Amino acid sequence: MAEPIAIRLTVNGKPYEGRCEPRKLLSDFLREDLGLTGTHVGCEHGICGACTIHFNGEAARSCIMLAVQADGAELTTIEGLANNGEFHPLQQAFHENHGLQCGFCTPGMLMVALDFLRLNPKPTEQEIREALSAVLCRCTGYRDIVRSVAAAAQKMRSSGSR
Amino acid sequence: MKPAKFEYHAPATLEAAIALLAQYQGEARLLAGGQSLVPMMNFRLAAPSAIIDLNRIPDLGYIRAEAGTVRIGAMTRHRAIEFSPLVAQHLPLLAEAIKLVAHLPIRTRGTIGGSIAHADPAAELPMVLQALEGEVVARGTGGERVIKAMDFFEGLMTTSLRNDEMIVEVRLRVMAKQAGWAVEEFARRRGDFAIAAIAAVVERAGEHCRKARLATAGIGEVSTRLTAAEEVLERDGLSDTAIAAAAAKAAELVSPLSDQQSSAEYRRHLTGVLTERALRRARALH
Amino acid sequence: MPDAAKTRHVGRSLLRREDRRLLLGQGQYVADLVLPRMLHAAFVRSPIAHARIRAIDISRAAAAPGVALVLTGAELARLLPTIPDHQVVLPSKWRTTVRHHILNPQQALLAADKVRHVGEAFVVVVAETRYAAEDAAALVEAEFDPLPAVVDPEQGMRPDAAIVHEQFGTNLIAELSVAKGDVEEALVSAPHRLKRRFHHHRYAALPMECRGVVSAYDARSQSLTVWSATQVVHWVRREVAATLAMPEARVRCVALDVGGGFGVKGHVYPEDLLIPFLACKLSHPIKWIEDRHEHLMCSCHSRDQIHDAEIGFDNEGRILAYRDRFLVDCGAFNPIGSGVVYNTIAHLIGPYRIDNFAAEAKVVSTNKVANAPYRGAGRPEAALVTERMMDLVAGHLGLEPAEVRRRNMIRPHEMPYKLGILYRDGEPIVYDGGDYPAALEQALAAVGGLAAFRERQRQAREEGRHLGIGIGCYTEGTGVGPFEGATVRIEPSGKIVLASGACPQGQGMETIFAQVVADAWSVDPDDVVISLADTAAIPMGFGTIASRSTVTLSAAIHHASERLREKTFAIAANLLECGAGDLELRDGMVGVKGVPDMAVPLGKVAQAARPGWDHSRPPGIDAGLEETYYWEPPTVTWSYAVHVAIVDVDIRTGGLKIERYAVAHDCGVVVNPMLVEGQIIGGTVQGIGGGLFERFAYDSDGQLLTGSLMDYMVPTASDVPDIALAHQHSPSPLNPLGVKGLGEGGAIAPPVAIANAVADALAPFKAEFNVTPVLPEQIVAAVKQATGRTS
Repeated sequence: MAEPIAIRLTVNGKPYEGRCEPRKLLSDFLREDLGLTGTHVGCEHGICGACTIHFNGEAARSCIMLAVQADGAELTTIEGLANNGEFHPLQQAFHENHGLQCGFCTPGMLMVALDFLRLNPKPTEQEIREALSAVLCRCTGYRDIVRSVAAAAQKMRSSGSR
Repeated sequence: MKPAKFEYHAPATLEAAIALLAQYQGEARLLAGGQSLVPMMNFRLAAPSAIIDLNRIPDLGYIRAEAGTVRIGAMTRHRAIEFSPLVAQHLPLLAEAIKLVAHLPIRTRGTIGGSIAHADPAAELPMVLQALEGEVVARGTGGERVIKAMDFFEGLMTTSLRNDEMIVEVRLRVMAKQAGWAVEEFARRRGDFAIAAIAAVVERAGEHCRKARLATAGIGEVSTRLTAAEEVLERDGLSDTAIAAAAAKAAELVSPLSDQQSSAEYRRHLTGVLTERALRRARALH
Repeated sequence: MPDAAKTRHVGRSLLRREDRRLLLGQGQYVADLVLPRMLHAAFVRSPIAHARIRAIDISRAAAAPGVALVLTGAELARLLPTIPDHQVVLPSKWRTTVRHHILNPQQALLAADKVRHVGEAFVVVVAETRYAAEDAAALVEAEFDPLPAVVDPEQGMRPDAAIVHEQFGTNLIAELSVAKGDVEEALVSAPHRLKRRFHHHRYAALPMECRGVVSAYDARSQSLTVWSATQVVHWVRREVAATLAMPEARVRCVALDVGGGFGVKGHVYPEDLLIPFLACKLSHPIKWIEDRHEHLMCSCHSRDQIHDAEIGFDNEGRILAYRDRFLVDCGAFNPIGSGVVYNTIAHLIGPYRIDNFAAEAKVVSTNKVANAPYRGAGRPEAALVTERMMDLVAGHLGLEPAEVRRRNMIRPHEMPYKLGILYRDGEPIVYDGGDYPAALEQALAAVGGLAAFRERQRQAREEGRHLGIGIGCYTEGTGVGPFEGATVRIEPSGKIVLASGACPQGQGMETIFAQVVADAWSVDPDDVVISLADTAAIPMGFGTIASRSTVTLSAAIHHASERLREKTFAIAANLLECGAGDLELRDGMVGVKGVPDMAVPLGKVAQAARPGWDHSRPPGIDAGLEETYYWEPPTVTWSYAVHVAIVDVDIRTGGLKIERYAVAHDCGVVVNPMLVEGQIIGGTVQGIGGGLFERFAYDSDGQLLTGSLMDYMVPTASDVPDIALAHQHSPSPLNPLGVKGLGEGGAIAPPVAIANAVADALAPFKAEFNVTPVLPEQIVAAVKQATGRTS
């Protein structure tokens, strides 16, 4: 059936409900149906990474998933990182180290970095660069993003946060 | 770039999925990881009448080692393979190659079954399947059959799967403890599809090379075994001279593609260079 | 210039106030905007490079579900007959002095008679969702009569070439020439001559946010709002108003958060006019968000110049004569007129003393996407030619490339240095300060020093490894006119309000101009309220392109503040019953010098300035506490830099790694060092992308072969090295703060620094790299050619 399908999911710890065509992309569903515009669309073919979210705790590209695939899933988006307006250590590190300029790739950078740091809490600069190669940035030249992630890694290790 | 409309099915069982495949007679596409399919649909390069979503079928993703074979369920995510202790222990070639597949978020969703069925000539997993002489277990309305790697890839993004068949499992023999192996890939950027790649597995017996396996990615229309080059090594051993000869043979054997990125001549040249480098690294691992 | 004792925020690396909303996912980009009753537009774009449109059948599309309107170019031309000519025109000072001839192949809002490049839009569909609009677009049936595609400017100039714009009878749409001295004579009499062809290929800005326009018409007030991801809101407003025959006062253009621009969003596109037209016609807000596939085939490309250059030099490597004849592959349209091509001409001489110089440029129409500015805008093309020539001269004479540069560089004591040709603002180019030789030494030192490198290189060669070092120098005219405006206003709350037509796309303007205003008024940056990129906030504005906003807006702020301060002091003097000359600004107040207790907060002065009853203005002082100043720069101010790259080349695969990269950069006084570094690094990495990875490829039929991010390769974090930065500061004498522009500079030198480094690495093979990008396959081919075998 190509009829609209009901979707029930959790995003950033909150339950949401929606209804859309099966062909609707998860990125569009998040932005339009749920009003969560923090996830950005840069290419719609899975390369630029700006649309990266966490799908059941793991970084995934929302522009090449169908919204219906998220039924029953737990998602985290950039809007879910801060705690009552208080920055996550990653966000704080990006702020202190000029890890963003225009901000368009930033949701992707944060969500990939967070997944990566959970898998590799004590990365080398080379490892950070390899992980961040998943997201394209045109403004920063990556140096300050790499520094931000390195600083966040240190902070997260010493404070024990994830 | 939004996909065209399609009928959507999310079957709960394998049997239901196969029945749907048969029903649509080739007009439906299976949705596994979607990391190759959905981009094509967004470009409207693929506009199937129906999508059969495999992600609701339980027990299709697993990694088991039994009796000298590692059995990997078709819906096993690349990410699971990347972090699997079984794969690291028994299939180190796969463990190395999987890290070259795109980037972490793609590996979160991409599946081994999807990658092998898609048969992109520049993808790493078909090359690993070839190098390790793996098998693909396919199931369709006619039942189940096992297809050897060498018989699986037929042409450019074409496999020997029938319209009503899907991959359910990939089987790879546990690599010999004394095997040396290497993947040499040339790509412009980390995570890109290969412009050219060679996977090499060698087993030494004293001065001789008991077994050599060489497989390609990125070079031609399809991932191939370089059997004549393997024979050079199995006949002449793993000396620098023999390796150079095998590399030269490999370069002769391939039918390289030309595209806006690289010419066929350059891909042929890379074949020789990468074969030599892969074999030297594989030999050193012994 | 500001008093050093009073400067408190300019020069500090203040963290950005933009960050909070962006990091929380609360930025608002044009794609995020949702309005009630909004409809969505999608375009049908030409699949063919050059053809007459024979027939279009929109009946199936118009009947598709959710469709509100399907419009062809022919129908649109009936509804909107005259689009004003809006090609960028250089000032009359330039036009009356520089030899030139320019035609404007103005682009229709929708192609009607012909399509002229793959991707040119010829039908627009408006529907309830973007999905429905794309479905309907796929149902449009069009018949074309194909014409031969012009895919190469030399081909385009042959007498038998198909003509892209038939009304001109030629594809040669612009010619310019500039000369100083006598280059012919100098070439003939030079002891040595070298002639080479160079090609700086076609690539583009590729911001992470594509373009987008949302427009809504309000019938009650008969006014139109246009939200566009643009760098030039006032220009968009002016063109929308002219096109729709509305007073400018009834059209508002706003740029929200813009996800990168780099020049590609720096002019008025057909969609900027078409979407507002549709909003008026349909009485619904209309949204169009460009997708990446569209972006690659309709947002402007850049660079793409072929140079035939000849240099005459003496035995010491001093350049005696420099002649350059070049072609610009302009694509199908030319919105920026002679801006980019003249930039190339003006920047060819670079930081060198060259007395005899001539440049002739031809701009040629082809059936490709239009060519418009991208970070550097003509300067990278110039740098490729000049800096490769420097290395070729060095190679010819057996000298170090760095030494040839030293011998030709203008010295600090020669500043200010008259170059002898005009800038595109019509003013004579005068390099206004700087130490080019010192920058060269700094950059070389930052990669470990030249002598140390040559030793490493020698050892590496013995081990069969190939290291190379390459230099790229440039000068850059920045802060170009015609003007930028600042309104400075003090509120009764005590906050200082700044409004300007500058348009940020990630540069951190909300932060740096808060720093500038804070210093001017002795307030905390947090007490500065900033409104940018909104035509409702200030009547006139130019926008952000060409590395100009720090220079022009800081100067406008300075002058507006100077005037406002006079008025502020007059009113404060009245309140404090003292002389205005006794007053100073301190910590958000106006106070009597030396008397800490005698002060009045700025907000109180603003209240006192109110019109009507109970004001406290002295006689002769008008109401209000606001000044608007439009600053018109006397001319550009000159930044410069030296880039040095060290590469490690794998001659068997052609793969290369940039082992080290350094930039020694001078942009005068620095407002925020952290943000300046971010701009330089960002530009440099884009330049590395252009030098190694990024490329638009067309086949002989004009089909675009690079239509996705798989094919058009943007560098990632693991493709680029860490970049060492060294700074010089030669304050600009041309503006009150002494700042110079820096937004573009980073992208100018990397392609040539890399080409020089690879040529140096392959010196044993005598390989030249005069074409960008430098590709692995070319390296392998060069080695094979030299050795006669594949390795």
